Amino acid sequence: MNSHELTNRARLARNLPMQGTQEWERGSTRQSAAYGGRFALGVLAGGSLALGGCVSVNAPDKPIVIELNINIKQEVIYRLAADAGNTISDNPDIF
Amino acid sequence: MNARTDRMKHRPLALVAGSAALAFLIASAPAAAQNRDPAYAAARAAGQVGEKTDGYLGFPSTPSADVRHMAEDINIKRKAVYAEKAQANNATVEEYAFTSGCLAIARTAPGEKYQAPDGSWQTRGAGAPQRDSRCP
Repeated sequence: MNSHELTNRARLARNLPMQGTQEWERGSTRQSAAYGGRFALGVLAGGSLALGGCVSVNAPDKPIVIELNINIKQEVIYRLAADAGNTISDNPDIF
Repeated sequence: MNARTDRMKHRPLALVAGSAALAFLIASAPAAAQNRDPAYAAARAAGQVGEKTDGYLGFPSTPSADVRHMAEDINIKRKAVYAEKAQANNATVEEYAFTSGCLAIARTAPGEKYQAPDGSWQTRGAGAPQRDSRCP
């Protein structure tokens, strides 16, 4: 955590508003225009992918059944095991 | 020094407790077998009754009227015990009975009959019995 904070600080300190490539400056109009362009390109690319791509997800015919019953039961069995063992030992006439 | 004398003082006591526990174990093992009704013990040994997966006695083959009556009587008593213990443990009777069935099958002696998870009747061998994967 500490190293992460320190790294971030170092990065910010290198890129002052009046210096460098302004890669981290979101405020300037030139930069936001560039971002907007990139964003539009991204939407376009994404849209064409969604429309023309082959990615299709079909809902299964059968309902999705998650068998929680098994897990719950095993949990219960393990909880009862010690007591059931005592019960069998305490009732030797019927077990 | 003090701790050592203390330990030495307690050693005979521990020895007595240990031998008492051992004597209890030796005495209780045959007692468990002796507590079965002779007819029930004989029916078990002969494979006329077996332990089902649901915690009750079943019949691997068609039983005589006497054997059926005896097993049904035991099953009624088992159900009463299961119901009481299930309530005390906040579980259903079926859950408690199933757990007991797991253990009862595990405790069968070689030669006795038990029900496998697929419902078939098996004779207990020297090894571990076939049990449900949920059994402890």
